[in-house]
Amino acid sequence: MMSDETEFREIEFNLAPDSLDELKHLVSQRAVDGDTVLLNMGPQHPSTHGVLRLLLELDGEQVINCIPDVGFLHTGIEKNMEAKTYEKAIVMTDRLDYLNNLGNNLAYCMAIEKLCDLDVPPRAQALRVILAELQRISSHLVWLGTHALDMAAMSVFLYCFRERESILDIFEMCSGQRMMTTYIRPGGLWRDTPVEFEDAVRNFLKIFPSRIDEYERLLTKNPLFLERTRKIGMLPPDVALQYGVTGPALRASGVNHDLRKVQPYSGYEQYDFEVPTHTDCDTYARYLVRIEELHQSLHIVEQALNKLPLGPVRSNNRKYVPPPRSEIGVSMEALIHHFKLWTEGFTPPVGSVYSAVESPRGELGVYLESDGSPKPYRVHWRTPSFTNMQILPYLAKSHLVADLVVLIGTIDVVLGDVDR
Amino acid sequence: MQITQMIVEAFQERFQAGLYEFRNEVSLILSTEQIAPAALALRDEFNFELLAEETAVDYWPEQAPRFHVVYRFRSLKHNAIIGARVPLDGNAPSMPSLVSVYANANWFERELWDMFGIRFEGHPDLRRVVMPYDWEGHPLRKDYPLGYEEVQFSFNFEEIDVRKPYAQD
Repeated sequence: MMSDETEFREIEFNLAPDSLDELKHLVSQRAVDGDTVLLNMGPQHPSTHGVLRLLLELDGEQVINCIPDVGFLHTGIEKNMEAKTYEKAIVMTDRLDYLNNLGNNLAYCMAIEKLCDLDVPPRAQALRVILAELQRISSHLVWLGTHALDMAAMSVFLYCFRERESILDIFEMCSGQRMMTTYIRPGGLWRDTPVEFEDAVRNFLKIFPSRIDEYERLLTKNPLFLERTRKIGMLPPDVALQYGVTGPALRASGVNHDLRKVQPYSGYEQYDFEVPTHTDCDTYARYLVRIEELHQSLHIVEQALNKLPLGPVRSNNRKYVPPPRSEIGVSMEALIHHFKLWTEGFTPPVGSVYSAVESPRGELGVYLESDGSPKPYRVHWRTPSFTNMQILPYLAKSHLVADLVVLIGTIDVVLGDVDR
Repeated sequence: MQITQMIVEAFQERFQAGLYEFRNEVSLILSTEQIAPAALALRDEFNFELLAEETAVDYWPEQAPRFHVVYRFRSLKHNAIIGARVPLDGNAPSMPSLVSVYANANWFERELWDMFGIRFEGHPDLRRVVMPYDWEGHPLRKDYPLGYEEVQFSFNFEEIDVRKPYAQD
């Protein structure tokens, strides 16, 4: 009993000087002299949007240095994917960025399709676009709700989650799951959408525009909100590019870059939409850009739904795609394909590809390398949150602690996406 | 395609870069000495403003090269993307850091140190990023086990039991 206690005390004692030594080069000399205060924020903190730990060097209430410490949600997804076949690894992708599950499925499946040179039928492409845009809306709703909640606007949070729930109902209708969908598969979709799908989406399209107005009435001209967001967290375009920031944060710095526009995938080139940009570079500009993206996403969903083609939702290439259930009972060949694909998996050609999509947070890229075996040799997720998080120390400099909470919200990080 | 073709020709002449092409993606194969000047040239002469990703692949048990460090550079001006691969030999490789060229290489390189044990010379803050700071080993190396527990059957119960890790008192 005694030895346990002393051991515990020793560990605690040893942690502090070690970690300070290790971090000495990141704080100012004043912190070493004891002039400024080092303060831990997180990992259990309601405003850090997950398990993010920030080590702050404070002069009074002013942030001198901010050192993000991530990894509390590291689950070894990349390593795990190497041990599973290509198709079975899709379930891991849902767990990366838990607000953008279908987007992750899409990025991974697009990488496989590029690797195997696999075709995707037009109906599946259109449905992918609809689902990805609905997912973007739902992710932006969580961002908006929590961002406003950080600034003590409680009601926006409740309204946002109400609308998000109706999107998650649509996902549940399609895939059986609200969040961990695994609905997008290599070569198309798991199965066609149910008959109620179109009505549900149309219903959402009908009610949602007025709901956006409702959020805007609460925030856009709210003096308290303006006070908290205007001129807070200025991010000039050259700094944003230097730090590899992508997504709405880059567009709010006046750089018009959206992968859906510049390198269209899944047939985004067929739809007419605008890429909202803003030149104010502050937190308020990022808010306006994301709100406008909600409108644009709705616009895309509407167009895609109006010209939704009929036909199969999954490729017919039996080398990579299992046959439909109905065929298994009548065709010996289908049974063999099904058995081979679910026990051994498919074997793509040797090579490596990089495929990127525009996630709600920025460029979500998958680097996939194959050695010709049924398991991916290497999967790397270039996640937007991981890259965008690096801008936080820059943004936080010389702001108040209260503003830091706003800044974490404005870069819209998802810790599952950072830590993988 | 135009700009990538131009870069490939220029870099083959200037850096004796190798070429890897697959599915219309072009990667330059560069040596450790050339990657920093090549990245600088890409950023300043060819307008590749973004470092899209930096990662590595482990080819264990191969030793020369054991690792490939893989880069993707993106140009907004030309709407182009180009890759680079740097082969590294041996179990404790090191190469120059790109932090001074692209600031976001910072965490990418920390992750590579964390996951693969690749050292980056000139990196301002080479600590582990996602694993705990006192972690031993580099998990994404191919010789690092995934952590399965062996299943014991009656015919091999004893044999596996001997090497099975039990909690110590």
